[in-house]
Amino acid sequence: MTTPSAALRNVHPVPPPAGAARLFLAGSRAGYSQHLQAYGSIDVGAVAPGFLDVVEASGLTGRGGAAFASWRKMAAAAQAGGRGLFSARPVVIANGAEGEPLSHKDAALLAHAPHVVLDGVLVAAAALQTSHAYIYVTAETMPSVQSALAERTDARHIRPVEADDTFISGEASAVVNKIQGGPSLPLDKLRRLSDAGLRGRPTLVLNVETLAHIGLLARFGVDWFRSVGTARDPGTRLVTVAGAGTDQVLEVPGDASLHGILRSSGIHPEELSAVLVGGYHGRWVRPLDYRLSPAGSPETLVRPGVGVIYVLSPDQCGLAVTAQITEYLAGQSARQCGPCMFGLRAMADVLNRLADGERDPRLVAELERLGRIVSGRGSCHHPDGTVRMVSSALETFSDDVREHLIGRCTRIQRGTR
Amino acid sequence: MTGSLHIDWTRCDGRGLCTELLATLLTRDDWGYPISRRGDGIRGEVPIAPGHEEAAREAVILCPKLALTLRPPAKSS
Ligand code: SF4
Ligand code: SF4
Repeated sequence: MTTPSAALRNVHPVPPPAGAARLFLAGSRAGYSQHLQAYGSIDVGAVAPGFLDVVEASGLTGRGGAAFASWRKMAAAAQAGGRGLFSARPVVIANGAEGEPLSHKDAALLAHAPHVVLDGVLVAAAALQTSHAYIYVTAETMPSVQSALAERTDARHIRPVEADDTFISGEASAVVNKIQGGPSLPLDKLRRLSDAGLRGRPTLVLNVETLAHIGLLARFGVDWFRSVGTARDPGTRLVTVAGAGTDQVLEVPGDASLHGILRSSGIHPEELSAVLVGGYHGRWVRPLDYRLSPAGSPETLVRPGVGVIYVLSPDQCGLAVTAQITEYLAGQSARQCGPCMFGLRAMADVLNRLADGERDPRLVAELERLGRIVSGRGSCHHPDGTVRMVSSALETFSDDVREHLIGRCTRIQRGTR
Repeated sequence: MTGSLHIDWTRCDGRGLCTELLATLLTRDDWGYPISRRGDGIRGEVPIAPGHEEAAREAVILCPKLALTLRPPAKSS
């Protein structure tokens, strides 16, 4: 990692991108030459372990759902790698599995800006002083990733691995499991991946968008990174706005206004009854003007999660949609852990009864009880995320729940279910 | 604090042997899987109350699915 290849020498300095359009500057389906033209080259060989301080100062958080501080994850793997006499070199895994059915921001990124992601993988690997790197992507985006890898000489050691098309395939330990030849199912969490992940090596799993930001951060620096967004949520993020006739990927500033995002997708927030923010493990909210940020009070903000903003159209019943989503999530339980396997199914059944207009007031209490015994009792966060989404639905659609229980859901009668 | 009992949910089959050995700490949920009586034990880490260390060790040895592990005290996450 010490001798940069010719392509990486800083032969083409380019001014840093201004504004919140950062990731797609090289245009549609950008090849390596367009990429270099838009962003200039980068000297990966100059990236040293001290780069972790740069990531810390940038305030970058993960863009794959959990919004964990990226430098902490990197530092954990770096420390585990440096420990002991026969310390194993760490492994960097770029996670592009994007199991959320409505999300395609990672697919868009890998199709149009694969080199921004690959730069990020190289930079993260250099910072961890390793050359073990994988990129884990769906069958759909694999061709674009493979041709990007073939276009440059410095990324030949990054090994592409195909992700299964399931909701859970992108869970970090499922990614590790799959790459080491197992099924793409989560592993028990007795040890952290950063201590012992892929074949026992310290392992860093970062979302492909997170890595893309790391690649640009290495080029343009902390001040540039923080010049968009706010102090608590710096930089930009990709979101997918879906539902109510819309389906698009946008790059928005950190701490963006939910209304602003909806309007730029051609949707009038005033006409909506609710949106589901953060994907199927996200939170239903009324379309008030929340900020989209991972840190702050839930009164005024909603966490972006995987960046999906699902818009409920006015003729849809929120309870019916929640029942359908829960049904899907129950079906996507990896069926390894009893409470998840049986509990999500049970929750979906109760929600279906409620959505179908069964007039039993005990249904809500039963959902809450199931939520309490399912939450936190699996090897991954699938049960917890599902329970959170369901309880946000009970709160946001509390009027609809009341109407259902007295047999008067106006939306059911319009036949949307 | 005397540590906790980690349950590997990918292995546990919910037949409930541990809930018999540790009846004061554990009960069975709707489907038979062990659950902390106190409603804690998030993520399958069940705190072991003082005086139950021996029974917990026994449960670890006897669990037919090797799903249980003792964890030392004061380890977060
Ligand atoms: S909690 Fe559910 S989805 Fe996660 S590993 Fe266990 S069975 Fe699979
Ligand atoms: S004894 Fe083992 S397999 Fe049986 S319920 Fe307890 S943890 Fe699960």
